[in-house]
Amino acid sequence: MPETASIVIKGGRIVDATGERTADVVVVDGRIAAVGTDLDADRTLDAEGCLVAPGLVDIHTHLREPGKEEAETVETGARGAALGGYTAILAMPNTTPAIDSAGVVQQVLELGRSAPCDVFTSGAITVGRAGEQLAPMAEMAALGVRLFTDDGAGVQSNAMMRRAMEYATGLGVTLAQHCEDDALCGGGHMHEGEWSARLGIPGQPAEAEELMVMRDLALARLTGCRVHFQHLSTARSVAMIRDAIAAGLPVTAEATTHHFTLTHAECASYDPLYKVNPPLRTADDVAAVKAGLADGAIGIIATDHAPHTAETKELPFDQAPPGMLGLETALALALTELDLPVQQIIGALSWNPAQVIGIGDTHGLPIAEGNPANLCIIDPEATWTVDGRAMASRSHNTPYQGRELKGRVRHTLLHGEPVVISGEAQR
Amino acid sequence: MSGSSDPVRHLLDIPDLGGAAGIEDVMRLTDSFVEVSERSIPRVPALRGKTVAWLFYEDSTRTRLSFETAAKRLSADTMNFSVSSSSVKKGESLLDTAKTIEAMGIDAIVVRHASAGAPHRIAGWVDAAVINAGDGWHAHPTQALLDCYTIRQNRGDLRGQHIAIVGDIKHSRVARSDVLAFTAMGAEVTLVAPPTLLPPSLEGWPVKVSHDLDQVLPTVDVVYLLRMQRERMSEALLPSLREYTATFGLTNRRVERLRDDALVMHPGPMNRGVEIAAEVADLPRSVILDQVRNGVAVRMAVLYLLLGSGTGLVPPPSTVPPTEEDPARA
Amino acid sequence: MDSDDVQRAVWRMAHEIIEANQGIDEVLLIGLQTGGVAMASALAGALNSIAGVEVPVGSIDVAFYRDDIGLRPVLPEAVTDIPWSLDGRTVVLCDDVLFTGRTIRAALNALSDYGRPRAVRLAVMIDRGHRELPIRPDYVGKNLPTRRDEVVDVHVDGVDLGEMIR
Repeated sequence: MPETASIVIKGGRIVDATGERTADVVVVDGRIAAVGTDLDADRTLDAEGCLVAPGLVDIHTHLREPGKEEAETVETGARGAALGGYTAILAMPNTTPAIDSAGVVQQVLELGRSAPCDVFTSGAITVGRAGEQLAPMAEMAALGVRLFTDDGAGVQSNAMMRRAMEYATGLGVTLAQHCEDDALCGGGHMHEGEWSARLGIPGQPAEAEELMVMRDLALARLTGCRVHFQHLSTARSVAMIRDAIAAGLPVTAEATTHHFTLTHAECASYDPLYKVNPPLRTADDVAAVKAGLADGAIGIIATDHAPHTAETKELPFDQAPPGMLGLETALALALTELDLPVQQIIGALSWNPAQVIGIGDTHGLPIAEGNPANLCIIDPEATWTVDGRAMASRSHNTPYQGRELKGRVRHTLLHGEPVVISGEAQR
Repeated sequence: MSGSSDPVRHLLDIPDLGGAAGIEDVMRLTDSFVEVSERSIPRVPALRGKTVAWLFYEDSTRTRLSFETAAKRLSADTMNFSVSSSSVKKGESLLDTAKTIEAMGIDAIVVRHASAGAPHRIAGWVDAAVINAGDGWHAHPTQALLDCYTIRQNRGDLRGQHIAIVGDIKHSRVARSDVLAFTAMGAEVTLVAPPTLLPPSLEGWPVKVSHDLDQVLPTVDVVYLLRMQRERMSEALLPSLREYTATFGLTNRRVERLRDDALVMHPGPMNRGVEIAAEVADLPRSVILDQVRNGVAVRMAVLYLLLGSGTGLVPPPSTVPPTEEDPARA
Repeated sequence: MDSDDVQRAVWRMAHEIIEANQGIDEVLLIGLQTGGVAMASALAGALNSIAGVEVPVGSIDVAFYRDDIGLRPVLPEAVTDIPWSLDGRTVVLCDDVLFTGRTIRAALNALSDYGRPRAVRLAVMIDRGHRELPIRPDYVGKNLPTRRDEVVDVHVDGVDLGEMIR
């Protein structure tokens, strides 16, 4: 389609950070040209009965490229993201090699340039994510990296984390932590508790996460560094973050869709589809994560989209890699499982994460004239059945196979281009 | 003999047998196979034409020999996929292996694996019967059945028996399956171990817990000792083997605290001088060799139950008229 | 047959056994589980009354020797009890009803795993015909022609003939 053709999104209900209203939206040349009633354009996208929202932003995506292209590539991950309503995703640095230098950052950004979704990348805090030497954060920040994390592992050393935070404050970037004390995890493969005891699978205690949350809150207080807490999974983690925000610390937190929808009881099947880090926890933890999302202690819903090939998930539970798909199910899970106002849900999926990763100037913006046309149009009443095989991702490891969900992306517009129309990826 | 309600397709853990009635079925079937084992020709043609494959990812001469003897005494053919630790790399797909075995027309796969749940996964992929011969810390159902049988043989019944399981419960598949089997059969179970060797949670386990073996010993009918592995020291779960023996070992002095008729059991292999004093293992009250002997008959019963009994066929045995030659059953 | 008929048949068979074996010193009775066990005891009682000799009575369960394992539920009814050597003895297999002969075939195979008897004989209370194997009883209480789908029920009070329960 020529760039100049105008598009009208007709009959939808706009939901953005400023509120909700019914209006048509006209998009021209990658930007929103008009918002109003009875608008017309060269082309019409039907949004009757739909929500018209800023494109979603995933702050936690594993794209596997470079290194594990058989599980996912930037292209297939981005396509899945577009189908899931995302217009921006942030790649995690645990690739091979790790994203710990300007060179790898450039490679990932380059691969993302032609993708049907804006691909941003995080950078590693330490070289090779090994926790021993600071990665060249300034060099990566110069290329636009705004969030650093060793995701897949937490920075174990207290002293190293303190230095990283201090250094980050000078760059104005945010550090994100995968909170997990390796020694205390002791090789655990699921949440330590009733089910791990029964199943004979080595467990990792909730305290392995909580200790690092506690430490990093203390270090954030010490250094003044902005810290983002990734995939919170325990009730006490949520409570600590709630208190820290109330105390004025510059911290934010995310919850993944699986941590508010699944419990460790799923592991009874021994199916590594349910193996994930941090592990699925108790029903009380699930309730606490939901409560955190409700009261704002957790402002962000992330996917932790972690593709793995079928072969690796055919290994025994303790040998299989942790992680599950998320991009194509996150929105529907949030709409189906969270009893929250739709604006709050979209906020947690769009403008809140956009702020944390420093892309609030292009993504998550209110739907108003002149803003970039990164949009997703959602049919909130559409029901569908999850099928990993039908997903755009190169892998199929969804734990929601066969589950019926409510809410589906109808169209996604990336800088004005409809990359998804009527649920079909356009490229 | 009355069958339990649901057909038993796999034996992955004790609950697959459907509770006390199912375990009792195995016990009665074992009675018949004990008789077979005592004959001059200890072999029956019951599983002629059936093939049983061993898929042992973990070395275990004892369990494998026991299963192999059982299969041979039933006239089954056996096939060895026993994979030495060197030839099977971590990372080999379980699915590929299972499908390969099944393609050879195998009727049952006996699996031992260092990973909990590996037999469950295989059972989900194949039509053959899967028997768990030990998976990680999770389960070892045939060991639990032979333990039940040995207690029943010596005591007549498990109901009301007080059984202490002593030692490294946390890492023990034997303990997990024993707890399920013993309590299903109406026994009372006390786990005796230092807290570092207990599972992280005992929610839903119908057991009592003690850290004081001396106090428990006079109250038990059976003391069941678990093997103490040396690597537990390096994991800081125990200060030393000496301290373990001093506090939880069944020493010559401590065995005096047992009632005269109390039994001593051990799944083997024993660490004489660690969890059990050398002399204690050889006392008449020690039924450790009975356990080994019964192991063959119990495994015959399990193999026959899964492959030969036809309990999965319609109609279930309880509704079948009793006359041997009734054409309704032909 | 009523209970008197059954009793008379047992006595007659006992006499035949003594006559055929020229004494019963080397004779063992083995009842097939379950119906043949009571019959073996009854025969032993009669032999004792007639000859004053305690004939050993064992029992055998042939489930593991059947040829229909896997085709229908086959589980043993009881543990086989043959606590003596069979070598050189005359074994009289006892069963209540002889029908297709398949159970007897299984019993013959089972017996051979316990030793090598000098001879094996077969005593049945009812021979109802419909043999599927070349097996013939040596001692018969009564020949009872039946249809294939009839049921023969032998118990202490006699023998009943009924319709098959479907």
